[in-house]
Amino acid sequence: MRRALATSAVLLALTGGARAVSDPGEMLPNPVQERRAEALGEQLRCLVCQNESVEQSDADLAKDLRRIIRQRVAAGDTDSQVVGWMVARYGDFIRLNPPFKPMTAVLWGAPVIAVAIGAGAALLARRRPNAPPAPLSEAERQRLAELLER
Amino acid sequence: MDTLIRRRLLLLAPLAVAAGAGGAATALLVRMQEGRYDPHALPSMLVGKKVPAFDLPGQPPSAGFSAADITAQGQPGLVNFFASWCVPCAQEAPALAALQRGGVRIWGIAYKDAPEATTRFLDRYGDPYVRVARDAAGTVGIDFGLYGVPESFLVDPTGVVRWRWTGGLSADLVRQDLLPRLRSLS
Amino acid sequence: MTPELGHFALALAVALAGAQAVLPLWGAQRRDPRLMAAAPALALGQLIALATAYGCLIASAVADDFSVLGIAQYSSSIEPLFYKVTGTWGNHEGSILLWCLILAICGGVVGLFGRNLPSALRARVIGVLGFTSAGFLLFALTVSNPFARIWPPPVEGQNINPLLQDPGLAIHPPILYAGYVGFAIPFAFAVAALLEGRVDAAWGRWVRPWTLASWCLLTGGIALGSWWAYYELGWGGYWFWDPVENASLLPWLTGTALLHSAIVVEKREALKIWTILLAIGTFSLSLSGTFMVRSGLLNSVHSFATDPTRGVFILVLLALVIGGSLLLFALRAPVLAPAGLFAPVSREGALVLNNILLCSIAAVVLTGTAYPPMAELVFGAKLSVGPPYFHDTVLPLAAPLFAAMSLGPVLPWKRADLGAALMKLWWAALAAALVGIAAGVGVHQAFAALGFTAAAWLILGAFAELVSRVRLLRQPWRASRARLGAQPLAVWGAAVAHAGLGVTIAGIAGMALASSAVVAVKPGQTVAVGGYDWTLLGLHDAPGPNYASREADLRVTRNGEPVALLHPSRHNFAAQRQTVSDTSIVTNGLRDLYAVLGDQRDGTVVLRLHVNLLAPWIWLGALVMAIGGLLSLADRRLRVGAPSRRQRAAEAVAAE
Repeated sequence: MRRALATSAVLLALTGGARAVSDPGEMLPNPVQERRAEALGEQLRCLVCQNESVEQSDADLAKDLRRIIRQRVAAGDTDSQVVGWMVARYGDFIRLNPPFKPMTAVLWGAPVIAVAIGAGAALLARRRPNAPPAPLSEAERQRLAELLER
Repeated sequence: MDTLIRRRLLLLAPLAVAAGAGGAATALLVRMQEGRYDPHALPSMLVGKKVPAFDLPGQPPSAGFSAADITAQGQPGLVNFFASWCVPCAQEAPALAALQRGGVRIWGIAYKDAPEATTRFLDRYGDPYVRVARDAAGTVGIDFGLYGVPESFLVDPTGVVRWRWTGGLSADLVRQDLLPRLRSLS
Repeated sequence: MTPELGHFALALAVALAGAQAVLPLWGAQRRDPRLMAAAPALALGQLIALATAYGCLIASAVADDFSVLGIAQYSSSIEPLFYKVTGTWGNHEGSILLWCLILAICGGVVGLFGRNLPSALRARVIGVLGFTSAGFLLFALTVSNPFARIWPPPVEGQNINPLLQDPGLAIHPPILYAGYVGFAIPFAFAVAALLEGRVDAAWGRWVRPWTLASWCLLTGGIALGSWWAYYELGWGGYWFWDPVENASLLPWLTGTALLHSAIVVEKREALKIWTILLAIGTFSLSLSGTFMVRSGLLNSVHSFATDPTRGVFILVLLALVIGGSLLLFALRAPVLAPAGLFAPVSREGALVLNNILLCSIAAVVLTGTAYPPMAELVFGAKLSVGPPYFHDTVLPLAAPLFAAMSLGPVLPWKRADLGAALMKLWWAALAAALVGIAAGVGVHQAFAALGFTAAAWLILGAFAELVSRVRLLRQPWRASRARLGAQPLAVWGAAVAHAGLGVTIAGIAGMALASSAVVAVKPGQTVAVGGYDWTLLGLHDAPGPNYASREADLRVTRNGEPVALLHPSRHNFAAQRQTVSDTSIVTNGLRDLYAVLGDQRDGTVVLRLHVNLLAPWIWLGALVMAIGGLLSLADRRLRVGAPSRRQRAAEAVAAE
């Protein structure tokens, strides 16, 4: 385990374990901007953690990214500009909200596709007609005639 | 189409989906064993793009440098982010020293490090760098898309990043990956 | 000595599982009563062997036997006894053994309590369970052995991750696994039915109790995990759409669909193919979830030691179990002819809609979870799929589901008049609308207002069927009360379970209104957060058995009246050089006061303070859902339907 840590890049944070609180000094003085920054932070992935957002994580890199988000929000960037800034440096991986691209068509289309398949299967099952009975053989037809005569 | 055949095909669908998923999982497992798939690794957005503009102060006694300085003499360069608190950085020092002896220009950036600590690190493990700059706040690192140290970026004579490696450089890696690329750039 | 005994017992269990897999299925195929009768005994034998093995593992852990590799890596002698025991399932090998043990318990339970089943069906069910057991036990014995030794044994163990030293997390795996693995029984029933070529109302009745029990346990397991995340991870969050969490949610979604589908099979002999597919699918999702988590293919906070070679073994196992059962399904399902026809607007129709929506939600969650590795495989692109995606896709599907949930139970079978049914719910709809308007005006938050509307609709609508059955307000109260007492427990169970979901949704909506703040205070200072005044009284040391700790004392008041005392702390585990925050939570059932201690510097202390409205309702709702499930389980009718002794003797003679 130690060898693995030593030969790979040192990640800039403890992974799992310490969940210290973030610094109130980080927060923007304007509450509206602060809330926007927090919302943006929740949309971006902490790259050195396991599945946490930049807002949640206590990693050094996450702290730096939070600071940059607040700087850009305070400087007047729109939400998509801030996200775009991050994506330019780290790629789509940093977005917890996947982009709308041809590549993510199945991903974003999943709810509609799933319901369509389910509804389609249900409809097909209903409209399946019962197979008509096999035609009677000669002997069976005679027997039927006998029965009907009685 | 005969109703019964249509039904049979429909009922085969779950198996087909499961088989597809299984095939994909196998492919991923194989790739993971070969080292071609790592859910935690992040490819660099800079490869194929120009080095981001920056101008950093120097780590005394070295002078600082800017993006333009790297390509000023029309030669390829290796930008290496390191820190004194980083164990693999110490481990890759011999590989970097060997590169420097081979004539490669290595530009060091001390990432989020105290100056005294960096000096101690360089005294202890050697200084293979043309110049050493200090990125105390880590902002330049983020511009490079850094998410850990050490990271190394191969820059061609026109200032375009050609290759990026996360983690320490080993002698094998240098021989198999880095040196051939350097030769193709010179 | 004990580890060797355990190892031997494990090997014995593998052999017995193999016998359990082969003999009863062969007996059922050949209609050999002796082989079929051997099934319960074999299942019990395997259970006893495996229980012995696990007991030996626990005994070794308690005795601090560090010659066992797993115990040396994850335990230590200074650990409290409780965590030594629960630590046996805190690592990969031990948890696989626990999984196998629960699977063996499933077989044993079917053997013991399945006496009212026809012997052929019971033999097949136990045989299929044996087949699955054998596979996983072989895996445990060969590449994932909990009894692997290390020599010379270290003097001291390396102690488990301090995050795992927590009562909630300690008992979360067994309950969760019981739910996960419990769905093996409906799976076995489905495969047995396919082998037999027959799915009838009796089958629907027999499969339901086992499905209910697993569902209750899985609901509890997921809720426990979520509650643990809430009080341990110190962020006030309770669900992160992490791949491992999703892996537990998927079988829950399809398991819920299965539960409802089985009702239609029992009552109307329709939806047979859906139900069989759901039974196979739910357990397949459980198995795949296990694989996904342990394979290292996904990015998740729940890190297990990942080993690709193990991944290959499990993949082969999955191919056999899932692929085999789905192939059997494709071959045999066409002969399952439905008997009952129904109009689209009817209880059956509502249950079909329920199936479609639940399975769609499951499909979306599965897509989102699997997309990052798939995208990398197919497109070479690196993507993340996080909570924003799941919120945007799951909520639009959940909304029609909630709307239909209250409507379904009041629809009659076969054909229903939608207008008449809606009339039974008018008061619930009105109340829900009023709640929604009040909430919208009061809190100005659309998500919360909609959530409260849905919650009111579900809670009140859940009892609409009961209300109409007892003819409340249309008869004297005495008559209604008499009818109420005569209602079968299953009706109560359904009402309580649906209402439970409403309670959970109310909790989620309330959490959307939570207030929180991060503050830096000096001892003696007071801050106002969420309508309460929080005063830091001071800090002191509070060491534990294997950690050092700093603890803060917080007094919370409201309008001068004292409300609570909180003691958040930070533990420092010297052995692993890790620091863990211990959140302090005080609840009054309607809101949680939540405090986390941060860094201390220059005399100021950083604290995160939350007032989480209705947070306890999230887990209370899950508890209510499980109680509803238990009520249904207790329904006498589920246990009646056993043929009498004379009939069974006649059946045995006829079969020969």
